[in-house]
Amino acid sequence: MRKIILTVYVITLRDLKKFFRQKSRLIGMIARPLTWLFLIGTGLNQVIRGGLGVSYIQFILPGILGMTILFSAMFSSISIVWDREFGFMKEILVTPVSRFSIALGKIVSGTLVSTIQGLIIMAAAPFIGIRFTIFEALLLVVFVMIVSMCISAIGVFIASMIKSFESFNIIMNFIVMPMFFLSGAMYPVNVLPRAMRYFIYLNPLSYGIDSFKHIMFVEFAHFRSDFSLLADIVLMVIFTLISTLFAAVAFNRQQKE
Amino acid sequence: MNAIEVKELYKSYNSLAAVNGISFEVGHGELFGFLGPNGAGKTTTINILCTLLMPTSGQAYVAGFDVSREPGKVRNHIGLVFQETTLDSELTTFENLLFHAYLYGYERRQAVKRIDELLSMIGMQTKKHELVKHLSGGMKRRLEVIRGLLHKPRVLFLDEPTLGLDPQTRAGVWSFIKDMKQKEGTTIFVTTHYMDEASDFDRITIIDHGKLVAMGNPQKLLDEMGKATVSFSTKDGPTIRQIVSRGMSHAGNDRYEIRTDDPDGFIKQMLELSGLKIDEFRIKKPELEELYISLTGSEIRDDRIEHPVIRRMGHGA
Repeated sequence: MRKIILTVYVITLRDLKKFFRQKSRLIGMIARPLTWLFLIGTGLNQVIRGGLGVSYIQFILPGILGMTILFSAMFSSISIVWDREFGFMKEILVTPVSRFSIALGKIVSGTLVSTIQGLIIMAAAPFIGIRFTIFEALLLVVFVMIVSMCISAIGVFIASMIKSFESFNIIMNFIVMPMFFLSGAMYPVNVLPRAMRYFIYLNPLSYGIDSFKHIMFVEFAHFRSDFSLLADIVLMVIFTLISTLFAAVAFNRQQKE
Repeated sequence: MNAIEVKELYKSYNSLAAVNGISFEVGHGELFGFLGPNGAGKTTTINILCTLLMPTSGQAYVAGFDVSREPGKVRNHIGLVFQETTLDSELTTFENLLFHAYLYGYERRQAVKRIDELLSMIGMQTKKHELVKHLSGGMKRRLEVIRGLLHKPRVLFLDEPTLGLDPQTRAGVWSFIKDMKQKEGTTIFVTTHYMDEASDFDRITIIDHGKLVAMGNPQKLLDEMGKATVSFSTKDGPTIRQIVSRGMSHAGNDRYEIRTDDPDGFIKQMLELSGLKIDEFRIKKPELEELYISLTGSEIRDDRIEHPVIRRMGHGA
């Protein structure tokens, strides 16, 4: 047990140190969501009016928060593939620590790194007229952490499945982008045709973003998204547990044959 | 039991044998060289010994433990220095070493003590809090070697430790590795492309097409191969050829070569035949490189400029 905690600690500390030292990555990770928020949000604000109960730029803030988590957690986990070939991960695989604790360490570090970035996006809320109480903010942080953990675990699972870094683009195009667009981030889920909605139901990010909406738009009762907050929480926790389990098992299996 | 014992080790990928039934032992405290061209099975073997890969059949024991059945125990007692650098360039020297020590269960105080000891051994204390990306290639290599030794492993594996370094740095890294071997008493298993570097190892083995083609002390192997080449230049070549009919060849202009297991005797004989005016003579002893070529039929240096990306896609065989 002590060994598992120590491994998780080492991997997390290392990733956090790297995260704060790589200024360009830090800036890029913050600039992208803010660009989306202000450029797309402001632009479409003029086109899309009415029906939502909030302005479009306000509407997409939960989605942008979800996007930030998605990209940062996914990036953090997929870096395993890179590390496995060229760096730290290769080194760590010959140490006596268990594969399980390595997978867990990557999930925890991905969770923290993307939660930090989520907090930065949350700080943009007052500037576009969304206010929440301290209690709501804390609740939001908890949800941000759950979503981050879920996405990190999915990322670790994917990273254990792919062999080379060349697959990175495929993952971006066929997993990350669809996950973003089919999550209710950019438009309410109920405007989509029924067939596409099934993808949204299978996407854990949908429930995460939905829970953000519940907290951020507490006074717009008619606008609350397609799921209840309870359903969001239960489904997110289930998704997180399953993906963590899958990630640990897949990570344990790789490199053996 | 020896530091490393390998018995009938076999590893295949899709019916292609990367390692085809090899057996060898490495004694405690030995500096053992594992040579061969790429695709010969070197990296596959090292990966099996380091528990990164499961053998198809056969046994391998490292530090007394079975690599297939007790990989955790093996990992506790080995250090590994990879071909390409696996240091974290965004972290400092100290952080890289500290994280490694933690993964081997060291307490912070213990770890700091050991890190200081090793850094002073290689004269790098002043670089302790420097980011690794600001270190030179040679320093990074030395840092990786001491990281491999940090947890006092019984066996240290070095996979092409001098690949891509300039000759001066190469020499520096080697004298440092030999120094470390003396001070720490660690068994060292090393693969290299540079045959000249292997000439003063305790023992070497050469692998080709997944099989061992030679094993022993490098100097003894050379003696077994025997013959030296004497090259000389003279205007009296045809005359000498009449006297020494065997093994002599014309190398162009007035240059000749003779392959013999008694070069000194040949020169003595030539001197006795005075009046033949030999302008110069030089004894060229066989080098490991030639031994290697004669055994594997390929020039080892051809494979040297190889990118790690290519190797990784080829299953590292």
